[in-house]
Amino acid sequence: MSAVQQYIELYRSQRDLIASHSSAVMNGLREEAVALLERKGLPSLKDEEFRRTDVESLYAPDYGLNLARLNIETNPYEVFRCDVPNLSTLLYFVVNDSFYKSVRPAAAKLPEGVLVGGLHDLSVQYPELVSRYYGKIADMNRDGTVALNTAFAQDGFFLYVPDGVVVEKPIQLVNILFGSVDFMVNRRLLIVVGKGAQAKLLVCDHSDDTSANYMSSQVCEIFVDDDAVFDYYDMEESSEHTSKVASVFVRQGARSNVLVNGIVLHNGVTRSNYYTEFAGEYAELSLCGMAIVDKEQSVDTCTFIDHAVPHCHSNELFKYVLNDSARGSFAGRILVRHGAQKTEAYQSNKNLCASPLAKMYTKPQLEIYADDVKCSHGATVGQLDPNALFYMRSRGIPEAEARMLLMFAFTNDVIEQVRLDALKDRLRQLVEKRFRGELAKCSGCRACR
Amino acid sequence: MKQDHSNEILNDVTSNDYKYGFVTDIETDIIPNGLNEDIIRHISEKKGEPGWLLEFRLKAYAHWKTMEMPHWAHLTIPEIDYQAISYYAAPKTKTAPKSLEEVDPELRKTFDKLGISLEEQMKLSGIAVDAVMDSVSVRTTFREKLAELGVIFCSFSEAVKDYPDLVKRYLGSVVSYRDNFFAALNSAVFSDGSFVYIPKGVRCPMELSTYFRINAANTGQFERTLIVADDDSYVSYLEGCTAPMRDENQLHAAIVEIVVHDRAEVKYSTVQNWYPGDKEGKGGIYNFVTKRGMCKGDHSKLSWTQVETGSAITWKYPSCVLAGDHSVGEFYSVAVTNNFQQADTGTKMIHIGKNTRSTIVSKGISAGRSQNSYRGLVKVLPGAENARNFTQCDSLLLSSDCGAHTFPYMDIQNESAVVEHEATTSKINEDQIFYCNQRGISTEDAVGLIVNGYAKEVMNKLPMEFAVEAQKLLQISLEGSVG
Repeated sequence: MSAVQQYIELYRSQRDLIASHSSAVMNGLREEAVALLERKGLPSLKDEEFRRTDVESLYAPDYGLNLARLNIETNPYEVFRCDVPNLSTLLYFVVNDSFYKSVRPAAAKLPEGVLVGGLHDLSVQYPELVSRYYGKIADMNRDGTVALNTAFAQDGFFLYVPDGVVVEKPIQLVNILFGSVDFMVNRRLLIVVGKGAQAKLLVCDHSDDTSANYMSSQVCEIFVDDDAVFDYYDMEESSEHTSKVASVFVRQGARSNVLVNGIVLHNGVTRSNYYTEFAGEYAELSLCGMAIVDKEQSVDTCTFIDHAVPHCHSNELFKYVLNDSARGSFAGRILVRHGAQKTEAYQSNKNLCASPLAKMYTKPQLEIYADDVKCSHGATVGQLDPNALFYMRSRGIPEAEARMLLMFAFTNDVIEQVRLDALKDRLRQLVEKRFRGELAKCSGCRACR
Repeated sequence: MKQDHSNEILNDVTSNDYKYGFVTDIETDIIPNGLNEDIIRHISEKKGEPGWLLEFRLKAYAHWKTMEMPHWAHLTIPEIDYQAISYYAAPKTKTAPKSLEEVDPELRKTFDKLGISLEEQMKLSGIAVDAVMDSVSVRTTFREKLAELGVIFCSFSEAVKDYPDLVKRYLGSVVSYRDNFFAALNSAVFSDGSFVYIPKGVRCPMELSTYFRINAANTGQFERTLIVADDDSYVSYLEGCTAPMRDENQLHAAIVEIVVHDRAEVKYSTVQNWYPGDKEGKGGIYNFVTKRGMCKGDHSKLSWTQVETGSAITWKYPSCVLAGDHSVGEFYSVAVTNNFQQADTGTKMIHIGKNTRSTIVSKGISAGRSQNSYRGLVKVLPGAENARNFTQCDSLLLSSDCGAHTFPYMDIQNESAVVEHEATTSKINEDQIFYCNQRGISTEDAVGLIVNGYAKEVMNKLPMEFAVEAQKLLQISLEGSVG
């Protein structure tokens, strides 16, 4: 049976069970999603956009799915290591793909009208609001993984910031993978930032240290209305047994300002898609990311920035550091549509290959149908500058230390994009630990303290 | 700046006519339309080919039948009916011409019109010319003089007869008939082309040149060029092409194979000016060409320079396989598209040997409603220590309805590789035009000046004789499109 067939059959046999543990809004799209999945199948290596990650084989194993929403007994703090010192956040957990209700900040801490919580619960409570946004930009036609997620997702996270409301405190969502058998999660994030509103969301992915294999599928939809400001940070810190296929869809209104920053510190196979779209003029987007990959790990990022309207500005920066037999892939596409004059779009992808077996594939693309634009892209693949290394060594810095310093400096550009000072400091610390191979050693988490 | 006014001038500049659009009225030997094994046998028989070549053709045909036309390029290609094309058309001459006088006068007039007077060329410019009309090589000049040095420069069919061992050894060694759809088609039906062999240690004293011309209607042109540069040799090879203006589209699917041995150098320059179709996008040549060079030897060097101004659709990726250690690959390209032209062109640099270097400079200029894409691959295989690549691809947009796209691929499998890619897209800076205007240069001239300056980096790589022609072409292609 092909990978996709097992999911279609699973859906057909468990249709009622899935629906009974979810909301009407989410159930509304399932049939269409399955039909699409059946027609299109999962992306294969023959699909141009998926040449570097065999998505089909990621979905092929017989994973368990928690369709009946059995409660998994866990203390999220056991796995959680993502505390940011000096940064007070409003902290929420999603364990596997269920929103964790036992621990959450008091609602009083939130400005009035702001909704934060489980997608399942909130879509039952506010079906009209959620249905206005759910599945609206996560285009299932794009690839089979989005359709599969839509067919199976039962819960996730929902953030709604009404017009004009500013949420000062960053909101932190921690996704935890926890279990003793191989299983798959289908998580769904929905974020709506109203006109002139502001918010920051930090999403961290963790997993427990068991040797079970996890397959994590996530679809995130972000609506940022006119004049709104939104920061989205995504940090991947799971185990080598985790495969993740995630898609982020962003739609920006006029004069809005969005920052998306995806950082992969540790994971097995990561495939991230970022699809962003300018729906109003004078909007700004900063899309950046960083990956530190070693051993047999693989990171594959695919971005698509759609300049559909004039006067928008996008800035893209991705940096990879590859060690051992790691594989990195970056495909960045910028589309400037006919009539989108005065567009400014810049893209840069820089990669460091630090071992003979590391492989890097990069494919920056510009597609331009308007003439009054400024667009550029640059991509490099190389090693550390031997002169810089020598300079440091000649000043008594050991080679290993010098290498680390240079790699650290290399990735710092991406960290600099972060608009939260405390998070910047924490990231620098994490990156340094990562380079020293001590990521698992904990220094800051509450459980150890 | 007054956008409308400058657009007008741009339009004027780019709407200039194609001046090679005449048809020569000479008797042509055309075989019936369609493609099947019999047709291939027929072509082979007409050319009096040996059995091994027929076998090669039939193998290619069998493979072609299993293939589908590729659709990955950023092009809109109308359905092509491969059975509606005649695969062989030759100017009718009873026997092979012994001297220039025996060549059909109409034919000679054609080449005179194209500016390649075979005689003149022979005497004055010292360029050896092989002229290919429709499918057959018409006349090769300077052969005797080259033969003294041991240089072989002749039509492909002559090479098959006179140097079967060389042809057998190298044919399909760089571009196999299984390579792609159009390569398979060409391998099955190719009619003629040029063959060049430069022996060991010889520096070819003159530029070698081929002119390709499609004349007959409803035919395709499928020529094949094979260049072999033996150890320590050097050759510079030029290629030019034109076609008459016709309403229907014509197919041109050629193959160029180049083998470069130890310390040899080959410079291959193309000025491609097939009929691009009229202003409404009607007619024009489909130029689907496979060009590849194998830098087989250590310290070998292959340099591609191309100026692409013609063709309705261009699908062309001159590539270098850098197999020898210290081998060097270069690709310089100016691609101009206007009206409804489409171009998807670029290069592939495959680094296999150690310390290999490659440079890619691609300049795209789009005007009218054309689409111009750069598509390139830089691949560094695990064994290619210290590979170095620099890629620069710039696009210039001259109208608000055209498109400029870049699709670079970088596949790096060796840590010691240093690969750089940069690309920019912009329109002509208004300040630059204003600066020229200020000094009394009209907007039209200013645009010509700026475009020429923009393309200079590539034009400089062309041999003298070609550079002048290319520069003129560039101006003509853009006439009426300045803004």
